[in-house]
Amino acid sequence: MSHTFTLDGKTIPFVDGQTIIQAAGAAGVFIPHLCYHPEFKPHGSCKLCTVKVNGRHTASCTMRASPGMVVESETEEINAERRALTQMLFVEGNHFCPSCEKSGNCQLQATAYHLGMMSPHYDHFFPNRAVDASHPEVLLDFNRCILCSLCVRASRDVDGKNVFALSGRGIKTHLIVNAKSGELGDTDFTLSDKAAQVCPVGVILKKRQGFAVPIGERKFDKAPISETAETTGGR
Amino acid sequence: MALNDMHAEAVAGVVDRVVARYHRDPTCMVQILREVQEACDWISPEAIDRMQVTLGVPRTKIEGVAGFYAFFYTEPRGKYRVLFSDNITDRMLGSKAMMDRLCNSLWVERGKVSEDGLVSVAQTACTGMCDQGPALLINNYAIAGLTAERIDEIAELIRGKVPLAEWPPAYFKTEDNIRRADILLNADFKPGEALLAARARAPSDGLNSSNMRSWREGLPSGIGGPGATLDEIKRANLRGRGGAGFTTGLKWEACRNAPLKAGAQRIVVCNADEGEPGTFKDRVLLSRNPDLVFEGMTVAAYAVGATRGFVYLRGEYRYMLDHLNAVLAHRRRQNLLGKDILGLPGADFDIEIHVGAGAYICGEESALIESLEGKRGTPRNRPPFPVTNGYLDQPTIVNNVETFAAAALIALNGGDWYAAIGTKHSAGTKLLSVSGDCERPGIYEYPFGVSIRQVLEDCGATDTQAAQVSGPSGICVAEAEFDRIIGFEDIPTAGAFTVFDNTRDMFEVARNYVHFFQHESCGFCTPCRVGTSLLKNLMDKLHNGCGSPYDFTEIEKLNQLLQSMSHCGLGHTACNPVLDTIAKFRPYYDQRMIQQDFTPAFDLDRALSSARQMTGRDDAGAHLVSENGGAA
Repeated sequence: MSHTFTLDGKTIPFVDGQTIIQAAGAAGVFIPHLCYHPEFKPHGSCKLCTVKVNGRHTASCTMRASPGMVVESETEEINAERRALTQMLFVEGNHFCPSCEKSGNCQLQATAYHLGMMSPHYDHFFPNRAVDASHPEVLLDFNRCILCSLCVRASRDVDGKNVFALSGRGIKTHLIVNAKSGELGDTDFTLSDKAAQVCPVGVILKKRQGFAVPIGERKFDKAPISETAETTGGR
Repeated sequence: MALNDMHAEAVAGVVDRVVARYHRDPTCMVQILREVQEACDWISPEAIDRMQVTLGVPRTKIEGVAGFYAFFYTEPRGKYRVLFSDNITDRMLGSKAMMDRLCNSLWVERGKVSEDGLVSVAQTACTGMCDQGPALLINNYAIAGLTAERIDEIAELIRGKVPLAEWPPAYFKTEDNIRRADILLNADFKPGEALLAARARAPSDGLNSSNMRSWREGLPSGIGGPGATLDEIKRANLRGRGGAGFTTGLKWEACRNAPLKAGAQRIVVCNADEGEPGTFKDRVLLSRNPDLVFEGMTVAAYAVGATRGFVYLRGEYRYMLDHLNAVLAHRRRQNLLGKDILGLPGADFDIEIHVGAGAYICGEESALIESLEGKRGTPRNRPPFPVTNGYLDQPTIVNNVETFAAAALIALNGGDWYAAIGTKHSAGTKLLSVSGDCERPGIYEYPFGVSIRQVLEDCGATDTQAAQVSGPSGICVAEAEFDRIIGFEDIPTAGAFTVFDNTRDMFEVARNYVHFFQHESCGFCTPCRVGTSLLKNLMDKLHNGCGSPYDFTEIEKLNQLLQSMSHCGLGHTACNPVLDTIAKFRPYYDQRMIQQDFTPAFDLDRALSSARQMTGRDDAGAHLVSENGGAA
């Protein structure tokens, strides 16, 4: 069955079972997001994709579309809240864009640009997180982890390996890998894993290819994230 | 090497024994981790190795769960693990001095393990002993009513490595402190009589239809034994006692009417997580009258057609586990649990107790269900709701301890009897856990509609400036509002009632609560995980004498964001104590305003304190005088 709802005044068609962000994506409307990826089960943790449905805030990646919904997304109020969430992610970790080889390909950075984030605003936490360089092909820089758990879902649901998981609680929540040593080099992780492809920030990095494409010529350097985001699956 | 091998072998033996008792079921992960830790003092990498093999789950899953709960230790924590309750009332009763005394006596630094690996001393959130604080937990067993003398004795026992089982039993005695009793606490209840009344209420044709088939598939409301019981609950106008106040009859009916997939069953869960600081009424109900609670669960199972029940008991109440299990065993012998309960064909129901491990968020029903399933206690995305897709995706009702106790009385005495007590919109009675600045802290049971003023008078509170009702996530009531009433039409509450007299600094009260929320945020969603930390930092900034009006604006903006963007109620309510105290006790904040505009949080002199500690130098020359006057 095909129905419609309105998103910022625009009529959006959807089929039963689709979430708001899925229907919006299919209709070519961008809703900012970080933990959502069209190929994976929605998680609903980053809250960047929050919209107002009939006046109430809700994450658009987990909320099923229903006929006649009135959805607001691109309003100054909601974007200000999204900007604050993005700032929170910046100060919680150690995100130094100019020195990061993911710069220009990073969804967090591109989302900050999209939302007009001009400063981190909050005091930085400067957490102390060790880098894991134990794997021959891949480097893990936990300083940039935003806990979106896309690698967790990809490894579990696609690769069938459970290489990644979240441990700890609250502000101490952190990514762990499936080895007694706690090191990626002691897992069965490989570069061909789906989990190696999904990190929206610069945590999972392929070794020995940094800056192969110069900064200034990268994905989000050419077009903003609102025009380049995956919407209907595939990369 | 040989010693390590022996250690690994011994650990493997413990794990095998525990895992076998739980039938190698990974959904019992939290229970398995708890029992392994009780035997080994911590959850070692070798224990996780063995669990990985015997449970057939990846290491990441085990470490993810073990890392979530405050009472699980994946690093050695000592043979004796002491946690002081850090609720505001424990502080008011001198808990910090007690902790310092124990730390000094044992030569151990707070939060660290002693060098000989014998003991660790740290703090934990409210342990539910606010009427008899200061309190602590030692290896999850509660000791209340601490005195300097008792602390010295405890230090001596630890130093002497006396096993906990040989400590004086008087230490572990807790009081019920019942100050005012009504229908629940006065109930002269005989096990089974509520179920007998429910059975008697069924029309004869209804009794016949209480067979397996109709029981499981549900009957239209008003027909048959289960339907008659459900009708009484609805007629009683009972609302949930956990705080949110959802209509119990509607919840039960929705569960009863939820379709069952093949092989699935309906589940009844008693939420005994009671983590809200200042609440301890479920502890008293469970210790005083567990039969009433279990019978209420059985009534619920009968009404909704459930066959399996859980009590989710908070880790702080671990000391009650053996007694509660004994009560359950007794009920099984009386045929009040098990198969064909009281001769009703198909009325099969049993209850198992799962013990939590120090996570306030597990009081949220979907997080509780995740924990029951052996996972990290993260609240689920909703819908779907637990009544249709709860424990292992089966229709599940989750109700508070007090709700089940009330349900048993309703089954016994009828819905009309119950609805006549209390107010129009709030039927029945409410247990209040009263603590703080009053002469008679303890449990007070009132019909709904009692005023704050009346409670204050009854508990012997004088010079009261504020009452925090329903704990940090509730409301802070100032003197002008003391005529407001407890009830769903005015101030709903899970039960906490904390009294503050004129000597208390309400800013510090709010700061304590903010620390609590920051510590208990599950970390799943960005606004709560980071927002509660930012809020805590701002409150500490004010505490440290660096406050400015700018910080107020920031606090208000954070509140707005937490309320609109958070995943669950913890984030939604985390700012409440701050906003309430700003609105009602502004002078406590104003006196912390050093600058009119903005003051940075960074204090150069304080930053040098570790250098002073290392050099052992603390004279005037080792200090900087800051321009803000922030230096000591």
